[in-house]
Amino acid sequence: MSAWLKLKYVDEETQLISWRITVSAMLVTLLFLAMLSRAFYLQIVMHDHYSTLSQSNRVKVVPIAPTRGLIFSHDGVLLADNRPSFSLEVIPEKTDDMDKLLAQLTPIMNLNESDISQFRIRLKQKRRFESVPLVFNLSDDEVARISVDLHRFPGVDIVARLNRYYPLGANTAHTIGYVGMINEEELKVLDASNYSATSHMGKLGVEKAYEDILHGKVGYQQVEVNAQGRVVRVLDRTPPVPGKNIYLTLDLSLQNLAVQALAGQRGAVVAIDPETGAILAMVSSPSFDPNLFVNGIDSKSYNEYLNSPEIPLLNRVLQGKYPPGSTIKPMLGLAALHYGIRSFADTTWCPGWYSLKGSSLRKGDWKKDGHGHTSLGRAIAESCDVYFYALANDLGIDRIHEWLYQFGLGQKTGIDITGESAGLLPSKQWKRATHNESWYPGETLNIGIGQGSILVTPLQLAVSTAAIASRGKVMQPRLFAEARDPVSGKVVKEGEPERIQMISNTEDEWSKIILAMNDVVHAPNGTARRISEGANYLFAGKSGTAQVFSLAQDEKYEASKLAKELHDHALFIAFAPLEQPKIAVSIIIENGGGGSANAAPIARQLLDNYLNRLEPIETPVTYETADLL
Amino acid sequence: MKQQTFFERLHLDVPLLLGLLLACIFGLVVLYSASGQEINTVYQQAFKMILAFGLMVAVAQISPTQLARISIWIFLSGLILLVLVLVMGYIGKGAQRWLDLGVFRFQPSEMMKLAMPMLLSWYLAEKTLPPTLSQTVMTIMLILVPVLLIVKQPDLGTAVLVGIAGFSALFVAGLGWRYLFGMIVLAASLAPVSWLFMYDYQRQRVLTFLDPAMDPLGSGYHIIQSMIAIGSGGLSGKGWLNGTQSHLQFLPERSTDFIFAVVCEEFGFTGVVLLLSLYLFIIYRGFHLAMNAQQSFGKILGTSIILTFFVYILVNIGMVSGQLPVVGIPLPLISYGGTSIVTLMIGFGMVMSVNTHRRFLSD
Repeated sequence: MSAWLKLKYVDEETQLISWRITVSAMLVTLLFLAMLSRAFYLQIVMHDHYSTLSQSNRVKVVPIAPTRGLIFSHDGVLLADNRPSFSLEVIPEKTDDMDKLLAQLTPIMNLNESDISQFRIRLKQKRRFESVPLVFNLSDDEVARISVDLHRFPGVDIVARLNRYYPLGANTAHTIGYVGMINEEELKVLDASNYSATSHMGKLGVEKAYEDILHGKVGYQQVEVNAQGRVVRVLDRTPPVPGKNIYLTLDLSLQNLAVQALAGQRGAVVAIDPETGAILAMVSSPSFDPNLFVNGIDSKSYNEYLNSPEIPLLNRVLQGKYPPGSTIKPMLGLAALHYGIRSFADTTWCPGWYSLKGSSLRKGDWKKDGHGHTSLGRAIAESCDVYFYALANDLGIDRIHEWLYQFGLGQKTGIDITGESAGLLPSKQWKRATHNESWYPGETLNIGIGQGSILVTPLQLAVSTAAIASRGKVMQPRLFAEARDPVSGKVVKEGEPERIQMISNTEDEWSKIILAMNDVVHAPNGTARRISEGANYLFAGKSGTAQVFSLAQDEKYEASKLAKELHDHALFIAFAPLEQPKIAVSIIIENGGGGSANAAPIARQLLDNYLNRLEPIETPVTYETADLL
Repeated sequence: MKQQTFFERLHLDVPLLLGLLLACIFGLVVLYSASGQEINTVYQQAFKMILAFGLMVAVAQISPTQLARISIWIFLSGLILLVLVLVMGYIGKGAQRWLDLGVFRFQPSEMMKLAMPMLLSWYLAEKTLPPTLSQTVMTIMLILVPVLLIVKQPDLGTAVLVGIAGFSALFVAGLGWRYLFGMIVLAASLAPVSWLFMYDYQRQRVLTFLDPAMDPLGSGYHIIQSMIAIGSGGLSGKGWLNGTQSHLQFLPERSTDFIFAVVCEEFGFTGVVLLLSLYLFIIYRGFHLAMNAQQSFGKILGTSIILTFFVYILVNIGMVSGQLPVVGIPLPLISYGGTSIVTLMIGFGMVMSVNTHRRFLSD
């Protein structure tokens, strides 16, 4: 049979199926071409692109965190350390049943709900093969306890990490500050590559201010990794550059002494080297434990700090604002001499009160019977209020503002840690701007004795005291002494003393005011004469008592009838020795009562401690009183 | 009557057999590399292949008449087992595809890949072709019931293949073009609705497919890594055992569903052309055998089996090269795993059977 005939007998059904199979074959061919062209596109056209991706896929650059620089006091005591601390960590992928594991670990490690919930948060942020900390800072006892059972828990291990630790804890907390875990906000502003391996950064104090010196430079490891990110082998390594060690100007024994002196009280102590502005001690009391903040403080402790009426988290040195009280008087005395308002010998009649001409306002002196005919020297030594009411009235608020501003009041001192307040130095302009009122002459009288709207920080008070001590040099206070390379020990950066202002009084004017301050502590009529007893050096001081709340004109202040928080603040400023002073201090004790009684003894302790360590001083010393001139 | 050769007596088609053998050997070569040079994995797979070839030879001995006769029973028992798996899945609380028969585990949905074209070929070939409207509707019902049961497991990949097997049979049997386009339009318009019935992980796969860069370290990771593997292979590839993507474990599922990316990376575009040519040869030979089957049943069955085989390739390569969403469909004859190769070879056994069993009524 011929082929043609054969075809003719093929029925319609077969023809239909054959046609459909042919269509299928055509379709298949078409789609194969599509697959081929896709492969052609990816493999030939886009080859370079994917080849690059493939290369970078294989080699990963893993950053290595640098070791943070240490912080020392000037006398070489370690204030911020990196300590290996043991933490209990869990690798999720090696654990079959996380809930069961946590349940088993709970009795051994005394885990509480907050431990576990914090762990679960961390767990979500890590990949399955990464170790997740469960408990930080294991004690030796805890390490021993869990080590016995460790074999029962695959994937659980004790890991040593470097943790920031502050050996002196609360004693230096407000100054050193602390490091904490980097949060998302900070991540946006940080140098992303330099911090790519770093988990903590300075959040407060020196830790924050000198972050760039302390942090160091990130290192890198070129590693070959697999898709899970697991390192197969290390190809290359650029070691990190550790952060520099910082030496502060702090004198630790002075610092510790100040801490002890303020123990149990609310207040602040600042000690400065008047020549250089170097801060020798800086204490705000009460304080807090900075170690709690390093790995994230638990909310209970944090709320305790936050809600405490003592406000331990407030750095009173930088942020506490107090009326300076009578500590302002030496500066106003200098103003009187400078502007020629008074000569040193000019006297003011003090009957125990002062009244403004043409006004019913009558301001009392702290001494009811009055000081009699009072010269500037005696006015400072005895802290005569009436003298300074009259002086302030004659100076006028504008000159007072201009003068005190030179001493650094009403402006930030520029200390090298952040967060300081500018205090408040009132002026007519300020009154108009903030209260939309004109300045009343009566207000000037209050400023004359450091009351009213004027507010200073303990740091400002110390800086201005140092300026008197150095006879006009207003130095920028600073904590930074030097930075040293941790390996070679070489000094890589030094703190430079910086003068912000030079106050233009004559040598004679300086000497007289300083002698008047000397009278405060040494003269028989000085307000703080008791603290000079047995002193083997001469020193100058000025007490201050700042009213916390205003008494009505005829009301009498009686401490026993007032609640503690309404008691006067006790203030004292001092410096020593008289010639070439080495130390200037400011002390504020909140609601501490009178400055000469409560704050002044602390000043004496600090001066004794510091000066006697510097060089042995010959006893006894004689002094001349300013009032006799 | 002509003297029968050895292979003719065994009802085997030599070109197809050679094509399949070549593909399997190529598969073992790639698997050795993809498995990280685990020779034991290759031995295991080789053993499964030998078993599968044995089953193919066995099935080839069954005549198309017998296949048609048993098709309804196979289909029905497959259906019952699917329901059973689902019920047990509910009890076991989770995805359930397997029936544990003690000795070996058995996947009823896999069985449906063959039961479906068998039943439909029988159902359609019984009547005159092309099928009438009511027959078409009935056929679609027969397709949808098992497909939906498999979707419910959930096993989207197998459901697609079983559905394709069914529609291939309907197409080859002469489904009117109007109906065909109508169904395509209907399916396309229903596609968004299916979103509502998807599981979260399935939705994720679709989203990832639409934009792999959306989550490059999460679910988009597979696709991105596999495209890097394919693209970096270039014209001649990085060489056997030298694929960095696969050996550094950047590539997921590299010895199973994503093995095509290993082929691309190590053998380059050249390897792709070779593999696709081999596949095309198998498909053409399969079509040739089906077209030359004696009865309509055999023609329809053979073609739909071959078309299903093609869809395996299309969907797998499509997903590995980032053109289709990820569904669990292996690269036929190459991917590691016993289930698919056994099913495929039984299917090829049927293709050989429909061509080689001939009744000579008169000469």
